[in-house]
Amino acid sequence: MTSVAAPGRARETDTAAPARPGRNRMSRKHREWLAAGLFILPDGLGLLLFVGIPMLLSIVLGFFQVSGFGSYEWVGFGNYERMFQDPMFWESMKITGIYVVVLVPVLFCVSLALGLLMKQRLPGTGFFRTALFLPYMISLAVVGLLWKFMLDDQVGVVNKSLHALGMDGESWLGEPALALGTVIAIMVWVMMGYYMIIFLAGLQEIPSEYYEAARIDGAGPWTQFRSITWPLLKPTSFFVLIMSTVAAMTGGLDLIFTMTQGGPANGTSLAIYYIYTQAFGFGEYGYASAMGSFLVLVMVLFSAVIFKVTGSGRFDDDR
Amino acid sequence: MTASNPVAARRRLTGRAGLTVLAVLMSVITLFPFLWMVTSSFKTRATVNDGKLIPTEFTFDNFVYVFTEVDFGRYLFNSFFVSAVITVVALFFHSMAAYALARLRFPGREKIFTLIFATLLITAPVVLIPLFMVVRQLGMLDSYAGLIVPAIFNAFGIFLLRQFYLGFPRELEEAAIVDGCSHWRVYWNVVLPMSRPILSALAIFFFLANWNAFVWPLVVTTDPKLQVIQTAIAQFASQSSSNYNYILAGTMVAALPMIAVFVFFQRQMVESIKTSGLK
Repeated sequence: MTSVAAPGRARETDTAAPARPGRNRMSRKHREWLAAGLFILPDGLGLLLFVGIPMLLSIVLGFFQVSGFGSYEWVGFGNYERMFQDPMFWESMKITGIYVVVLVPVLFCVSLALGLLMKQRLPGTGFFRTALFLPYMISLAVVGLLWKFMLDDQVGVVNKSLHALGMDGESWLGEPALALGTVIAIMVWVMMGYYMIIFLAGLQEIPSEYYEAARIDGAGPWTQFRSITWPLLKPTSFFVLIMSTVAAMTGGLDLIFTMTQGGPANGTSLAIYYIYTQAFGFGEYGYASAMGSFLVLVMVLFSAVIFKVTGSGRFDDDR
Repeated sequence: MTASNPVAARRRLTGRAGLTVLAVLMSVITLFPFLWMVTSSFKTRATVNDGKLIPTEFTFDNFVYVFTEVDFGRYLFNSFFVSAVITVVALFFHSMAAYALARLRFPGREKIFTLIFATLLITAPVVLIPLFMVVRQLGMLDSYAGLIVPAIFNAFGIFLLRQFYLGFPRELEEAAIVDGCSHWRVYWNVVLPMSRPILSALAIFFFLANWNAFVWPLVVTTDPKLQVIQTAIAQFASQSSSNYNYILAGTMVAALPMIAVFVFFQRQMVESIKTSGLK
């Protein structure tokens, strides 16, 4: 065999290579199959057991009433009927809707602005980038506790600073609508550095010759942004939009948990938090699964709309 | 390109100054809470709410308290142990699977890859409840296994490593195979050593994600001995709601390892987000 194929020569297809006689009864092709199977086995099994089966189970569980340890009772669409009549669930869906619709665009604009800012090669850019990325490194549990401390009505540094400037403080986490706004602002604070880096990567892939040509033609910064940056950044924008939407619809549980516990008056009770409390607070695993499946359905539909509206972030359309 | 017009040059200069001020302002907004956390954790109980940045009475007592009165040493160990085991095992499994999917030829390869890729769309909070049921059925509640095993399997790592192996020079492994090495030997002696840069970059992110994980450890453990630092600090905070000097010392302990990781590996992390975020 070594005499047939010189070592070091790259060959694309060698399925027809002769089987090595004697030493190994399996043909080379079959040895490759076996090796591949064994290499994939640990992860394949794990993904099946801890991702695939749970995914199927989440749909199945929605049709059962699960009580205590391991007793299941088929209830058909009972959980879904209950869901449609549960005002708390719809309230949490409404809050999730507001949360997503405000958070995603704000996060998008802030991150894009920061990406553009970091591209200007200002003095100290390295430091700015480090500072802006830092909140992403910290767990949401810690972020929640830290901001809860800083936003305290009476003794928090935010209100104290406002008082020092002669302004009235706000009950940042004490009034439902304001608390939701506060949660959104903190999520922007956490995530903007990460998406900034992604936008920056996209921006750096745009050839600088385009900008030079535009400048020679007398295009100002706004024209340059509209006719070069925005169209060429579309794949990145699309990626950020989808990622942040999915993250917003199903994430943030840790922050809500340590900062507001869904309050005040359920003002920050996102759907995922309501589902969590139904499952692990009240043991309503079946009902919670039904709501979870519904949330996934909404998320998929929402993502499909984004795909449709943005044309999956391709360059070629005119807007 | 260079400004010949002095008015335009000056305008550009003021524009850049304005942008720099904006960047400074944004950096202050992101850094101030951390600064506040650090200095407040050295304040006494009486002064923690005094609204001053520099502690008037500087004390280490808060840190002594969380390590002696509360078992933060154990929680730190649990977090380190769980995150480290997940990271090492996950990278090992992922690189094996990714290598096979990228470089070995076998029937159904693309189908298997598509299937694995599809699991990327399933976000963790959504399958939390059924995953809990599966883990309970396997008898892994309230154990290190329950904390570790389900967190290992994640298609994202497989996907990134496969991309990396697709661009690998084929000559090396061909030569090794022709020399009679088994596929395992090729993987272990040739492929794995050559993947060190990407594996170390991924290791940082895996460790980070698992160190900061909160919801799964909260769900899967009730035994206080198995608490990880994130759930421990949340529980400690809910029990001592007004003692912010202690709580902040706890959050410092929970956050400091990741801040240290960030300071040391910043450049590498930024680079890998840039490439992995999009490709």
